[in-house]
Amino acid sequence: MNRIDATFDSLRAIGKRAFVAYVSGGDPDQDRSLEILRALDQAGADVIELGVPFSDPLADGIVNQLAAQRALEAGATLPRMLDLVRRFRAESEKALVLFTYLNPVYTYGFERFHADAAAAGADGVLLLDLPPDEIPRNAELEERPSLRHIRLIAPTTPKERIPLLAGASEGFVYYVSRAGVTGAQTTLAEGIAENVAEIRRHTQVPVAVGFGISTPEQAAEVARAADGVVVGSAIVNIIAENAGAADVAERVLSFVKPLVDAVKSV
Amino acid sequence: MSYAFPDAGGHFGPYGGMFVPETLMAALTELADEYARAKADPVFQAELDGLLRDYVGRPTPLYFAEGWTQKLGGARIYLKREDLLHTGAHKINNALGQILLAKRLGKTRIIAETGAGQHGVATATVAARFGMECVIYMGAVDMERQYLNVVRMRLLGAEVRPVHAGQATLKEAVNEAMRDWVTNVQGTHYILGSALGSHPFPMIVRDFHRVIGVEARRQILDREGRLPDVLVACVGGGSNSIGLFHPFLEDPSVRMVGVEAGGHGILPGEHAARFQGGRLGVLQGTKTWLLANDDGQIELTHSVSAGLDYAAIGPEHAWLHDQGRVVYRYATDAEALQGFRELSAVEGIIPALESSHALAEVRKLAPGMAKDEIIIVNLSGRGDKDVAQAAKFLLGEDS
Repeated sequence: MNRIDATFDSLRAIGKRAFVAYVSGGDPDQDRSLEILRALDQAGADVIELGVPFSDPLADGIVNQLAAQRALEAGATLPRMLDLVRRFRAESEKALVLFTYLNPVYTYGFERFHADAAAAGADGVLLLDLPPDEIPRNAELEERPSLRHIRLIAPTTPKERIPLLAGASEGFVYYVSRAGVTGAQTTLAEGIAENVAEIRRHTQVPVAVGFGISTPEQAAEVARAADGVVVGSAIVNIIAENAGAADVAERVLSFVKPLVDAVKSV
Repeated sequence: MSYAFPDAGGHFGPYGGMFVPETLMAALTELADEYARAKADPVFQAELDGLLRDYVGRPTPLYFAEGWTQKLGGARIYLKREDLLHTGAHKINNALGQILLAKRLGKTRIIAETGAGQHGVATATVAARFGMECVIYMGAVDMERQYLNVVRMRLLGAEVRPVHAGQATLKEAVNEAMRDWVTNVQGTHYILGSALGSHPFPMIVRDFHRVIGVEARRQILDREGRLPDVLVACVGGGSNSIGLFHPFLEDPSVRMVGVEAGGHGILPGEHAARFQGGRLGVLQGTKTWLLANDDGQIELTHSVSAGLDYAAIGPEHAWLHDQGRVVYRYATDAEALQGFRELSAVEGIIPALESSHALAEVRKLAPGMAKDEIIIVNLSGRGDKDVAQAAKFLLGEDS
């Protein structure tokens, strides 16, 4: 069974929510990125989203942009990110999603990417700039069942479009809780519970909510409305602040632990 | 044969489409729908035509460049004088059309990216004219090399936000404008300045610039009693060229040449000629030819002209290239500067450095053509903005 599905199934069985952690792969460098993945695992994250750095991340705020830049400068490439997945998979069964933009995957070859990512141990993929509408129009973008395909739904998504997106979602639906780029916010967006409920009318797939969540209080509040809570930029920010430090992974661990606990308290 | 691209999803054959984050899908669909209504609305067309005539200065002349024709000794050369438009380049055709759409959509805030600053100036101009708030994103490097245009935009009441990321040129300005739009999509319209990005932009921008080719076609028939043999235009994203070419696409006798920026020559990072060393990919909403490395990371580009210094080509050009309908060549910085200097000296017209790439191609083509053959070259902008930049090269050469 796919690790994403298994994770959400077992959490559902005990009435708990998933904590989904995003980091930019290869940031600040390849070896410490592996240590950070271990720290997320140890902190109790249920699903890890590993960002494959792209030179032009137009849906990302400044924190994730700079992370991608650090990773690229440290030599990150898509094949090296797959290598990172392979190394992590050798020691953990944690569900793992590759999170990136289409062009690196397109250049690598869509079919080859599906085969190699699954072989390396990835469970799913989220391509920010590939709406499902384009897939039937582009023969070379035919999706393979070796990976779960996670779709975004936004607060700007019209109601009549939700069935298409929810229906095309595998693994989980990623509900982007605010119009905007990635980045930590001091206040939560409104209407999360209503929008999650609307999405659930159209799919059995779990709904995770992200964009702008940075504190345990926010994480707990979102956990009450959704099946999963995604925290990204706030973690990446800890990595940025400690990019030069030897103990960056420990600092990530101590930042993420209370977030996980908050989600699990619900 | 009838040419009917794009399809409803914005595809030009295998190119184009809507490769954007979900947050923007609704706004793009709304824009496409409103554009379809506006296009069929005689009131909209009448307002656009009236402003194009009285505010922008259309039609522009089709000028027979007699001195330059004699000097090159071949085909008769006509210049489509988009340089004479209000704000100094073709960009205002599209900026005006789009702000009228924004008004119909009830948007009150306008954003845009700019490379050379011409699109930013055109957008700031129409925003002032319609009393809308305006923010222009511009690469910090471009702000330096096109400082005069930065001052113009500020005079017009726009806020110019410098973009420092990456190479700090046009591509990064587009990224930043898209981030703004994703965040403020409710009340904001993004006036994209070239025939690129997600559907419906390549189609809308093309349609608002078609007036260039429509006028040129009528003017050459009046003047010469026949169609031209060759059309030449520079291609960054490809807005001025598609505007000139599109009304001639179904005239098989008319050849077309798009001229990309060859920069210092065709080596990685040294040029912006996507059909030379580029590859198929997806960038900023569209599937097209672009400059990327083997890992799919977008490559650095270089051109002496900020307006052509961009890693991707508009998707319709990729399609026309595949069809063989338009031939794409390139001119290096040095060749463009020769064209810049020659037109200034021979015709008393200082061209934009972008347009000078098209002039460089004319210098190669015209001498080998018969004296009764006709070339129309799109003089897409004037070169006042480029004098300081050109002086660095040309005066150095003279001293």
